[in-house]
Amino acid sequence: MRARVTFLLGGLILAVMPAAHAQDQTLNLPKSIEAGSAFSIQNAGSGEATLYIVGPGEVLKRTVQLGIPTYFPAGSLCNAGHYVVILAQGAGTNTGSFDVTPVSAPANLSFLAKPSRLPVDLHNGITGAVYVFDAYHNLIATPTPVSFELSSPSGALQKQLATTRAGAAWIEMDSTSQQGSSKFVARAGNVSSASIIRQVPGDPCDLKMSAQPSGQLLDLQTAPVRDCSGNAVPDGTIVTFTETYPGGQSTVDVPLKRDIAEVKMPAHNGATFTVASGVILGNQIRWEK
Amino acid sequence: MLKCFAMVCASIVLASGMTAAEPEVTVDTSQLKGPRPLEEQTKAAAIRDYLESWQGMSDAFLQNRADILDEYFVGTAREKLGNAIEEQAKAGLHTRYQDRSHHIQFLFYSPEGLSIEMTDDAEYDLQVFDHDKAVSSVPASARYIIVLTPAEVRWRVRVMQAGSQ
Repeated sequence: MRARVTFLLGGLILAVMPAAHAQDQTLNLPKSIEAGSAFSIQNAGSGEATLYIVGPGEVLKRTVQLGIPTYFPAGSLCNAGHYVVILAQGAGTNTGSFDVTPVSAPANLSFLAKPSRLPVDLHNGITGAVYVFDAYHNLIATPTPVSFELSSPSGALQKQLATTRAGAAWIEMDSTSQQGSSKFVARAGNVSSASIIRQVPGDPCDLKMSAQPSGQLLDLQTAPVRDCSGNAVPDGTIVTFTETYPGGQSTVDVPLKRDIAEVKMPAHNGATFTVASGVILGNQIRWEK
Repeated sequence: MLKCFAMVCASIVLASGMTAAEPEVTVDTSQLKGPRPLEEQTKAAAIRDYLESWQGMSDAFLQNRADILDEYFVGTAREKLGNAIEEQAKAGLHTRYQDRSHHIQFLFYSPEGLSIEMTDDAEYDLQVFDHDKAVSSVPASARYIIVLTPAEVRWRVRVMQAGSQ
């Protein structure tokens, strides 16, 4: 009901509004102008009129003399968009429209790189998405080349090129094989934006432990624990030692400290010791007195 | 007499804050690019929130109240629309954007899920009022590029930029 009443009232208003004539010779508009540039609107006739330039991005109203071009200095319309122009004189109006287009030179990038931290050597683990804007923060909709560069801690460079579609471009990249901070840069024209990606070692690749008797105990110690790329696995990573002997089993979780894990366990005759971290299982030692 | 009648009608509409018929909406996801699939629920929420943003924009421009934009717009879009409302208020104008139809085409769902880009071939009527006097009603159509970003409870419009269709 409410919508119907509104529709009727809207119809009444439309009926009494000055007619919007099609764009004609009395209002000579540019088809489009570049954001921020100067422009003029020519019109025919005589006397004083009011010129409206209306869009969601900007609104201008000028009193103009018909027959004389109306000049708008640079910076009058900076927001890209579709603008409706109305020239009103008394009860009569002429209307038209034109577009304000973005400046083609990139001036700002909105760059989002994810994740900020990930394991080394992860295929397509890093994504970068970029939106390209001009100096007035208009999205540059025309295809624009963008380069993405990921530099590893050693300085090696991984580079990919993409072209924006409707102002956006994205890529996927592998994380490098070396742990540390990498700089991830998106570049379009003369502007760039950077993010830091921290690459951490992956899961342990190989676990090796050795055993040394120490009185009634056995001193178990791993070799330095590395991931599959040779990066040291971070201290604090849990390594699990398990002793299985006739009549029982005991398990000890030990955090890595300076790349190795170490523990003392009872030296039961006939015991078997195993070592594991996450899903990686290391070697096995059988102890016989 | 006729002018007075128009002003009265305009005032009634303004006072009631009423809306006209729902716009026609079509949606196309065939041009969607990106590694992240657009779930049906996400798509529905994005469309709903975007269409509501048109209503919010219309209300804000009609009432010259930029604060209405806050629920629907963020960042550049919020700033530009807010400035335009300020400009039209200073000039003694208010405007009404009545959307008639939208053809929404999803283009890009960013890998981390933090933005959705789409185009909207929108058809709408723009009514301009100068000091409450109806100046003109102009049918318009434009292709909008829209970028939505997620907020606490809804998608908000971060970029809203039109060009010719």
